[in-house]
Amino acid sequence: MWRMRGNAISSSSLWRQSLRYLSSTSSASVPSCSHQVVSDGPSTSSRNETPPSTAGVLASPSQKPNKKYRGSINDVETAKFAAIADTWWDHHGPFKPLHAINPVRLSFIRSALCHHFRKDASSATPLDGLTIVDVGCGGGLACEPLARMGAQVLGVDAVEKNIKVASVHAMKDPSTSTIQYRCTTAEQLVHENQEFDVVLALEVIEHVADHMEFCKSLASLTKKNGMVIISTINRSISAYGLAIVGAEYVLGWLPKGTHDWSKFVTPEELALLMKRTSLSIEEMAGVVFNPLTQKWSLSDDTSVNYIASSVRRVI
Amino acid sequence: MRRATIRVVIPVVRWQKFRCLSQVTDGVPQVSSAQERPTNTSRESGDDQFDVVIVGGGMVGAAVGCGLASSALTRSLRVAIVDGNPATKEKYNKKSDAVPDSRVSAITPATVRFLKDVGAWENIQRSRHAPFDAMQVWDYSGLGYTRYQAADVGEDFLGYVVENNLLISSLASALERTGFAEIICPATVQGVQFPAKTSSSSARNLFENLSERAQSHIGASTCVREQKNVGQTSPNSFALNDDWAQVMLEGGRLLRTRLVVGADGGRSRVRDMAGLETRGWDYNQHALICTVRVGYHHSTAWQRFLPTGPLALLPVGEDMSNIVWSTTPEKAKELKAMSKEDFVTAVNRALTEDFGPLPSSRMGGPFNSKWLTPLFGEMPPSVSEPFIAPPPVTACLSDRLSFPLSLRHATKYVSNRVALVGDAAHTVHPLAGQGVNLGFGDAATLVETLREGIKTGQDIGELALLEKYEKERLWANLPMMAVLDGFQRVFGTDFPLLNIARAGGFNAVQYIGPLKKRIISFAMGS
Repeated sequence: MWRMRGNAISSSSLWRQSLRYLSSTSSASVPSCSHQVVSDGPSTSSRNETPPSTAGVLASPSQKPNKKYRGSINDVETAKFAAIADTWWDHHGPFKPLHAINPVRLSFIRSALCHHFRKDASSATPLDGLTIVDVGCGGGLACEPLARMGAQVLGVDAVEKNIKVASVHAMKDPSTSTIQYRCTTAEQLVHENQEFDVVLALEVIEHVADHMEFCKSLASLTKKNGMVIISTINRSISAYGLAIVGAEYVLGWLPKGTHDWSKFVTPEELALLMKRTSLSIEEMAGVVFNPLTQKWSLSDDTSVNYIASSVRRVI
Repeated sequence: MRRATIRVVIPVVRWQKFRCLSQVTDGVPQVSSAQERPTNTSRESGDDQFDVVIVGGGMVGAAVGCGLASSALTRSLRVAIVDGNPATKEKYNKKSDAVPDSRVSAITPATVRFLKDVGAWENIQRSRHAPFDAMQVWDYSGLGYTRYQAADVGEDFLGYVVENNLLISSLASALERTGFAEIICPATVQGVQFPAKTSSSSARNLFENLSERAQSHIGASTCVREQKNVGQTSPNSFALNDDWAQVMLEGGRLLRTRLVVGADGGRSRVRDMAGLETRGWDYNQHALICTVRVGYHHSTAWQRFLPTGPLALLPVGEDMSNIVWSTTPEKAKELKAMSKEDFVTAVNRALTEDFGPLPSSRMGGPFNSKWLTPLFGEMPPSVSEPFIAPPPVTACLSDRLSFPLSLRHATKYVSNRVALVGDAAHTVHPLAGQGVNLGFGDAATLVETLREGIKTGQDIGELALLEKYEKERLWANLPMMAVLDGFQRVFGTDFPLLNIARAGGFNAVQYIGPLKKRIISFAMGS
């Protein structure tokens, strides 16, 4: 098991701390307690391993960019993504699975935003007039479609290389050249008192060190009655089988070590995290792959990949 | 403040590089640019940038344009249709008693639905269109026949025979009403340039390319162009969009576009320039077409399979019919050269007596028994229909045209920023009149794919999106092509055992209800 264990140690212990914090402060959170128990297996074993050297990290690069802020940011994860940033827009490269699920995520986002902000879903640019920040934007895979839908998009990522790749790519198309990219963190944006209609964190939360801090920052970046949309991977047995064993080891879709199972978040935990940060979940959907048709689609099954929209409550 | 600085980092870097350049090459840009494209006046204002450039304004090309114009999602696209033939813009205004053109298409209900969706059907309905509600196919040996009706599948019609120029002008006027696409006609495409495959994948390459150009190509026209772009539209320019396709027209106009749709027919230049290969073979047959007068009005599509190829007689309105006679090149030449009277005699003989007798209709008797119903399901009405002899041809009303037949299929329909539709992607034997229906199917699917792409904010020229179109159409086109080619081979052979097997096949189709319904549905494009 030479996946990034070192990083798992720090992050999973932080994560467990935050969960403990959650469960101790919220007596109603029965689901989170049970999931905390479930998480003990993998994270305990990872504790006993030594952190990899920097060389080790570079030798086994992985996929997603580490997208987050200073407080919740995870340096090892960041290095993983920097190593393969060049390949963000290669549809057959390491980010192929992200390209594959992108249209599905975007149709969820589009319909959630059209519904919440009462926009015309039959328009080619229904998101006109909305400001969106994509936290952990990576190569801009979500930013560009959202800009084409009319939104004013800011993409932020902690990996400078990602930002470069994203900027260069966006400039190649007039419809995406309005996107702004910054190499920064959500926390920095909070510090600058920035606010947006919509805050996105897609396939990011499983790469951050402190889920609670992360969600807090997302909520702080959201205007009142604005929307936060998070997509991630469930911490389930099937997610272990599909997202790690299947996608990384058997199918080779993702570089080995891309994901650490212990850092996945269950829908219940996500709901609780959101609740603690004054976000109320509007809608949640699973993103499933049909091996027969080779197509991804939205479904009720949240056992592996899922996406959730939430509204920042007006207090 | 910091945010603003970072936002413009990329343009600023580029801008500075090119500013240096401009100092070195002072005075060159205007001269070079003017020499390069003397006729292009609108480019600098971005006028020659499109989302979709459709090369070929024939039936399928116009159908793609109409399809894009008919949906709110795609209506905001900037579309150009490039066509070399001004005739396709002419209005169809034939009086209903004039002799119909000999170039006709038998369109299926699926195609009619598409034409209704894009607003082109109304015009066709007002003009001449001949519905057919029955089809009868038999072979020269006289051993078997198949007759089926629209009623077998609960429809009123199996399809319509419509003149090609009416189809084109109806689509063109539907397009004109919307004022949607810019129609560039007449215009000849001189070349199409597609981006190199790797150019979009690596930011590092882009950076390197940029600095290389700045250092080593000083004064070169590419650099100068980039510089002008950046200078004019910075910071929101997209001077790097050399990963779009460029369509060069004769006369120097240059269209930059996200997507090139190759609708330029069987000898597609777009296909060649995109490096998409085709597989296929020639049938060593020519199709001879013309309009004839027949003994009485009918609404059946008749087809007799001869060893030399199928001969079809299609209703085109009143007592007129269209003939599509596939035969050997020598015979086609002969038929074209003979007098009209001799031709009429030859057609009648080929329809009824050449090579063998007409089938008898008594052979199906036992299959009509009710006891077979549990086994084969409800019998369609046409099972008990006797063989009906086709109407006699009484006069030849038009010139006889002929063209060689072949099967061609592009191994890929799409590549980065290009999609082939219609004959550019596949040409088939005309024996079942399916060619143009496959083309309209391509158009409908391509439009739907682009709609989905826009809905999820994708770049509509991107290969990953276009591959969805290709996948869907391969599933529709390949089985149809295989069936048509198989038919052609089975009937092109005169061998006693095969003749009997063939007759058995005919009879199976004629008398087995579910099989019959399935085949009718397949032929109707549903």
